[in-house]
Amino acid sequence: MSTAEQLKDLTEQKYRYGFVTEIEEDRIPKGLSEEIIRVISEKKGEPSFMLEWRLKAYRHWLTMQEPTWANVRYPKIDYQEVVYYSAPKQKRALGSMEEVDPELRKAFGKLGIPLEEQMRLAGVAVDAVFDSVSVATTYKKKLADLGIVFCSFSEAVREHPALVEKWLGSVVPYTDNFFATLNSAVFSDGSFVYVPKGVRCPMELSTYFRINAKDTGQFERTLIVADEDAYVSYLEGCTAPQRDENQLHAAVVELVALDGAQIKYSTVQNWYPGDAEGKGGIYNFVTKRGKAMARSKLSWTQVETGSAITWKYPSCILQGDDSVGEFYSVALTNHRQQADTGTKMIHIGKNTRSTIISKGISAGRGQNTYRGLVKMMKGATGARNYSQCDSLLIGDRCGAHTFPYIEVRNPTAKVEHEATTSKISEDQLFYCKQRGIPEEDAVSMIVNGFAKQVLKELPMEFAVEAQKLLGMSLEGSVG
Amino acid sequence: MAKSGCRENALLRVEGLRARIAAGPRTSSAPRSGAGEGDGAEILKGVDLELCPGEIHAIMGPNGSGKSTLAGVLAGRDAYEVTGGTVTYAGKDLLGLVPEARAAAGVFLGFQYPVEIPGVGNLYFLRTALNAIRRARGEEDLDAMDFLSLAKEKMRLVELDPAFGSRSLNEGFSGGEKKRNEVFQMAVLEPRLAILDEIDSGLDIDALRIVAKGVNALRRPDRGILLVTHYKRLLEYVEPDRVHVMAGGRIVRSGGPELAEELERTGYAWVAGMPPEAAAAAAAAGGARR
Ligand SMILES: Nc1ncnc2c1ncn2[C@@H]1O[C@H](COP(=O)(O)OP(=O)(O)OP(=O)(O)O)[C@@H](O)[C@H]1O
Ligand SMILES: [Mg+2]
Repeated sequence: MSTAEQLKDLTEQKYRYGFVTEIEEDRIPKGLSEEIIRVISEKKGEPSFMLEWRLKAYRHWLTMQEPTWANVRYPKIDYQEVVYYSAPKQKRALGSMEEVDPELRKAFGKLGIPLEEQMRLAGVAVDAVFDSVSVATTYKKKLADLGIVFCSFSEAVREHPALVEKWLGSVVPYTDNFFATLNSAVFSDGSFVYVPKGVRCPMELSTYFRINAKDTGQFERTLIVADEDAYVSYLEGCTAPQRDENQLHAAVVELVALDGAQIKYSTVQNWYPGDAEGKGGIYNFVTKRGKAMARSKLSWTQVETGSAITWKYPSCILQGDDSVGEFYSVALTNHRQQADTGTKMIHIGKNTRSTIISKGISAGRGQNTYRGLVKMMKGATGARNYSQCDSLLIGDRCGAHTFPYIEVRNPTAKVEHEATTSKISEDQLFYCKQRGIPEEDAVSMIVNGFAKQVLKELPMEFAVEAQKLLGMSLEGSVG
Repeated sequence: MAKSGCRENALLRVEGLRARIAAGPRTSSAPRSGAGEGDGAEILKGVDLELCPGEIHAIMGPNGSGKSTLAGVLAGRDAYEVTGGTVTYAGKDLLGLVPEARAAAGVFLGFQYPVEIPGVGNLYFLRTALNAIRRARGEEDLDAMDFLSLAKEKMRLVELDPAFGSRSLNEGFSGGEKKRNEVFQMAVLEPRLAILDEIDSGLDIDALRIVAKGVNALRRPDRGILLVTHYKRLLEYVEPDRVHVMAGGRIVRSGGPELAEELERTGYAWVAGMPPEAAAAAAAAGGARR
């Protein structure tokens, strides 16, 4: 009957962003060596401090071991098989959208986020990273008038070297961890934001990342600095084409909130998750961390629906007194996806406060792990943390795991942790169906309800997209 | 069988319906393969019922006699497996339809235990339901503004505080509030066949009157209502055309509204074989002891 057929249609729907764009690329040979790093740095026309930094990172990386503690499983990555630099061939700097390669524009169109549309959407400036080089930056003028710098990382290195040199690695040092160190050595591009003292950025800044070229690892680097009493909200969206090979994505994001500043960082991540049997998909190994000075506030919101493997812990170092850290996360794993994600809240200053709301959704044979650390240092007098970790299971072949680590070294600090695990019940599904709502829609609605506490933290346009994404990512998880 | 006897024009005709608990975990909403697999005991053991358009029938009977099971089977709950009999709704076979298709065809079940769905707004849920039904019927979605004014009107009808519109579906609602919300949903969805399972349980006196008002408002010559209830109180506000007594998975007696009065006096002991007069005496004695 027709309803059943519709249901079947829906459940067999494939990854919608799995197309490959034919664009001429400028690539270098695969593999990693000092030579390759010099080539990358030269291609980008970097000043010498940058090359030196990359080389220090590379030499340190050679002494490091790939971590194995995360609750994820994947075959060994051969780092000599990865291409570390690939850019669409395009010589001139672009003045407007019309000058962008039509193929590229079509690709953005297929992503469901046409730039033209984005530009029209009130108050969204887009810095689109296609593979490794930023190809279009909009709204720059308007921002420049306020003294806000919003550009690709490469451009920042050329145009604002002093700012970059001052803050690069100040939150995630090049020695930090295996993947972050690798990124420090080879990162090809990313975004840079600087908001001057007392300025409130009048629009959401947004970057869409997309991995296109075959076998290219994407190593982007984002650095956001909000000077004293400044405010900025930054959105990051990610998709990748469908391929049978796994692709490595090892990004680094550093946030610096100076006294009284506020940074809100939102991510909707929809990298290709691999097929139903677990073939292909992105390995998403990302280091995200922010440093909060006195009275400042850092807020991470993430909706993670893609990637074959996610390994990611956006963290806050609450250094200044009265600073605030927030982490709102929805992570969804379906089919054979694995996610090991969570946060670290390091309370150093007095009266620092942090909130962690994590919503894990597992379907199919997905494995979802929350891993969080709340650390109250000696000086964190009066510090508070509240953590809530909820897991929702769909079906009985998936798994949810919670590893909360708590370290308290100050007797006046308070840590509160709550955790729940629930299932979508037959009764709930039947109730919805009895009211005329097909099962797939019912599941999507219940999941969105479960994730609501986090979704409401997202900026409006993103919230709608995230809701659709959750529904889409669950297709094929029931029936 | 039914006194009114509308024959092929019946809104709902149930004949020899048998059902049991489906065995094993549910795998899909597709109909299960034939009988003989499951090992659950039969709960419905040959139910016969005919509801003509415009009629209200009450189904009464002891706890565990199969009233909710019948309601669930009619709505397509796949925890049950139909092992025999037929159900014809508006001239068509009902049992072959998935639950959402039954809903689209105008079948509404007011649940004895409405479920909670955290984070899903009450009105959001209802609009999703209404539009799903409209779409299945080839109609256009009702836009947000039109829906809101419709919802407001119906909320007034069942005297539901507008604050309930934005709360999560049934979450933290009191027992009576949940029931009132079911009637509100029914008023918005305007089903052709409403099956209300103990919609009167747990209601205070005012709420009972309001729920009855909602049910009576639905009444129309082309619609039918099945009321599962334990008490004749509701039937004083919503006068049924027929009253059936269900026991041991069958309809064992049917009659006019006066049957409800009689049951109030006799209880159900007669079902076990006691003649009604003796049962009435036994019930009276039991009542006196208390
Ligand atoms: N899922 C189930 N698993 C096992 N037994 C069940 C299930 N559903 C119903 N039953 C049994 O079937 C019988 C009929 O139950 P049903 O809920 O239909 O009764 P009812 O007439 O609605 O009772 P009440 O007046 O208490 O609501 C009961 O004995 C009940 O325990
Ligand atoms: Mg019942």
